[in-house]
Amino acid sequence: MSRSGQRFNPVISGLAAIAALFFILPLTGLVIRAPWSSMTKTITSSGSLDALWLTLIASLATTALALIFGFPLAWLLARVQFRGKALVRGLTTLPMVLPPVVGGIALLLAYGRRGLVGEPLYSAVGFSLPFTTPGVIVAESFVAMPFFVITLESGLSSMNTRLEDAARSLGASRLTVFRRVTLPLIAPSLLAGTVLAWSRAVGEFGATITFAGNLPGVTQTAPLAIYISQSSGKIDEAIALSLVLVVVSLAVMIGTRNRSRSA
Amino acid sequence: MRNHRARMGVAVICLAIVAMLAAACGTSSSSTVRTTSASQKVSGAVVVFAAASLKDAFDQIGKQFEQANQGVSVKFNYAGSSSLATQIKQAAPADVFASADTTNMDTVTNDNLASGPKNFASNTLEIMVGAGNPKHIKSVSDLANSDVKVAVCASDVPCGKYTQEVFKKAGVTVHPVSEETSVSSVVTKVTLGEADAGVVYTTDVKAGGDKISGVTIPANQNVTAEYPIVALKDAPNKDGATAFINYVLGPAGQKVLQSFGFKPAGK
Amino acid sequence: MLDADIRLRLDRLNLDAVLSVQAGEVVALLGPNGAGKSTVLRALSGLLRLDGGKVELDGTVLEEPAKHIRVAPEKRPVGLMFQEYLLFPHLSAVENVAFGLRARGVDRRAARERAAAALERLGVAKVSEARPGNMSGGQQQRVAMARAMVTEPKLLLLDEPLAALDVSTKTDVRRQLRATLRESQAANVMVTHDLLDAVALADRMFVIEDGGIAQSGTPAEVTARPKSRYVADLVGVNLLRGTARGTALELDGGGRLVTGQEMSGQVLALIAPHDVSVSRDRPDGESSPNVWPGQIGAVDLMGDRVRVRVDGTPTITAEVTPAAVDALNLDAGGQLWASAPPTSIHSYPP
Repeated sequence: MSRSGQRFNPVISGLAAIAALFFILPLTGLVIRAPWSSMTKTITSSGSLDALWLTLIASLATTALALIFGFPLAWLLARVQFRGKALVRGLTTLPMVLPPVVGGIALLLAYGRRGLVGEPLYSAVGFSLPFTTPGVIVAESFVAMPFFVITLESGLSSMNTRLEDAARSLGASRLTVFRRVTLPLIAPSLLAGTVLAWSRAVGEFGATITFAGNLPGVTQTAPLAIYISQSSGKIDEAIALSLVLVVVSLAVMIGTRNRSRSA
Repeated sequence: MRNHRARMGVAVICLAIVAMLAAACGTSSSSTVRTTSASQKVSGAVVVFAAASLKDAFDQIGKQFEQANQGVSVKFNYAGSSSLATQIKQAAPADVFASADTTNMDTVTNDNLASGPKNFASNTLEIMVGAGNPKHIKSVSDLANSDVKVAVCASDVPCGKYTQEVFKKAGVTVHPVSEETSVSSVVTKVTLGEADAGVVYTTDVKAGGDKISGVTIPANQNVTAEYPIVALKDAPNKDGATAFINYVLGPAGQKVLQSFGFKPAGK
Repeated sequence: MLDADIRLRLDRLNLDAVLSVQAGEVVALLGPNGAGKSTVLRALSGLLRLDGGKVELDGTVLEEPAKHIRVAPEKRPVGLMFQEYLLFPHLSAVENVAFGLRARGVDRRAARERAAAALERLGVAKVSEARPGNMSGGQQQRVAMARAMVTEPKLLLLDEPLAALDVSTKTDVRRQLRATLRESQAANVMVTHDLLDAVALADRMFVIEDGGIAQSGTPAEVTARPKSRYVADLVGVNLLRGTARGTALELDGGGRLVTGQEMSGQVLALIAPHDVSVSRDRPDGESSPNVWPGQIGAVDLMGDRVRVRVDGTPTITAEVTPAAVDALNLDAGGQLWASAPPTSIHSYPP
């Protein structure tokens, strides 16, 4: 007979320990095998700095795009009834389950130089997205925005919209209702969705290399640089860059952890 | 009753671990082939790591080899040679390594993972352009034009090194729009029309069919790529490896290679 | 003063209700579930659009679809207190109450002071800084009231203000609500399903059934002369319909009674359960002309009294003492004779 609280269950604890180890060991391996003596030199090499800078810019731009375009989409899906809604929701979340390289190919067929939209664009202004930094942003947005939309939509629909009625009945204009009632109540899922989209964008590889290509300083983001390094035997460079990404991601995760739980 | 459940739980975990280990050991033992060393009878699976540019030719060689040796299945892993060399050095379970240059082969033999590679084919580079050559590219120097989008292999991949040599010989500075991880990706970029031109192997142009066109690189600017092949010391199927290499070097294999545009090995 | 003619269609509800409320008056709105009570409030507040009709408050037309006039809810001088309170979970009590003031342009400090004063008046100053999640039901109710009233609306709408409270809190809060409403200058409309609320707090009451006003008047008038089954059940009396010819009453459902008044035409007849007697044997003919048999349909304990429903022509509910239950062995079921003296049958026009 136990008092309140979960009793120690060896099966659950054992399996949980295995799961935890599964994730901790590779990260520990990274730290242990890192080339600490030459770390500063490796990270500050122009190739690495280019890759990190590009990753930063592209992921932030992707997150901004997700906010600007994803917010209205999430709102629409959560609040408005319209025909074909299930289809729209399915299509906008498809990239989440698609292998990223498939996304890259699909992007080429739509926005590549001979693509459905890309061709008229190229004929008109001579610009095409592949091989450009905007192209990287497009590839990252394709895979990352759905995460934002889904998370935010769930927050919006789980919110009690009658609270907005209450605010209006108290004299608040629609803008005030949004600012003082809706936003604070969806803030946790908004934050969670933003972080999710950002980190997905940082780690994006398959769609980027397929759609935007690989050129240092222009389209070679950190994941691409890491892949190139490791595949040509430059393991040290790969590990060094990997560690930077791990540290940054960890910092973001820990920093937003408490605030992205529901209020 | 508490003890009983605890013991059951521990037993389940142990069983799970044992099962996983057994599976791991099992797969490697199943690929250990019991071959009768006396005869040339080969069986089991032969795993071949081959440079991307060898894909079409080796696929056919593989089929013919399987027909000639019933009971054998050949499995291929195509990628950039540098990528393959890295995988081999990380103890990937390969029987045979066929590289598109001697540099990557050297990294494997220098690590004592193989010895005695033999050149089995050679290749040259060619410029691949879209069907009908819409940008009217006639030479390597045309690739330096700012309105031409050129895709090349990354410099750590054999075809990338060769490309840099060609540019040096031609005295041209080219600014590519992308450095791909294998020559196949370069082919894709040109075929899809994203890149106006790509520097690839002659065999790739030949295989491209009517979706693309080729622009020859004159001999004084071109390089000859030598392809070595070797059996790995830790090959799970040593007899299979030897048999496959002999086939590639033999008349049947050479015939296939030439039919795809490869030239005989140099030295 | 509120003048409202509300016509709208919502799902399966066809609402058509006319009401008027004076400043300072408290009007109660009663009715069964789904009758449209809350819908009336939402329409008055502007959260629901009218299909037809007009809402006019203190001379200003707030909505008139025929003339394309519609004032948005946030611009109406209307306060609405919700059944589920709908306090903002991320704001403290005083911030909740100050919300309406700040939304209407009052600066932060003044709004806070007025909000604090409102909470003080309602006796919940001690939870000023607490969040709704940390308050009891009674405290939440008072904060919700303060929030609706602090902006001094011209029309105050209360949706089941006491429904969510437990019995002991309810009595105290009802008393307080009475005092608060007394001081209010607004026209007050209160939706409730509890007749006691209407009797204790309202000057007048409207009964809504099936989207229409079935009955209106002071609580005393309505309870004395219920005009529908719903109200009769609420009050706890028997209500029969029939055609009267003098004191003779032919019931619609069959049966005949002698009443205490001379009436003619269609009438409603009210009989209080405690005026109905029951017995196992047929009573002697002379004492009452209204005697009829029936089967015991239900025996319900209500506090220290017992109600017995006798299914006959007509079906009638009688009130007896617990002792009588034993004496008559009512639990065994079976036949009973009901009787009601003519003086106890009050008939009036429907």
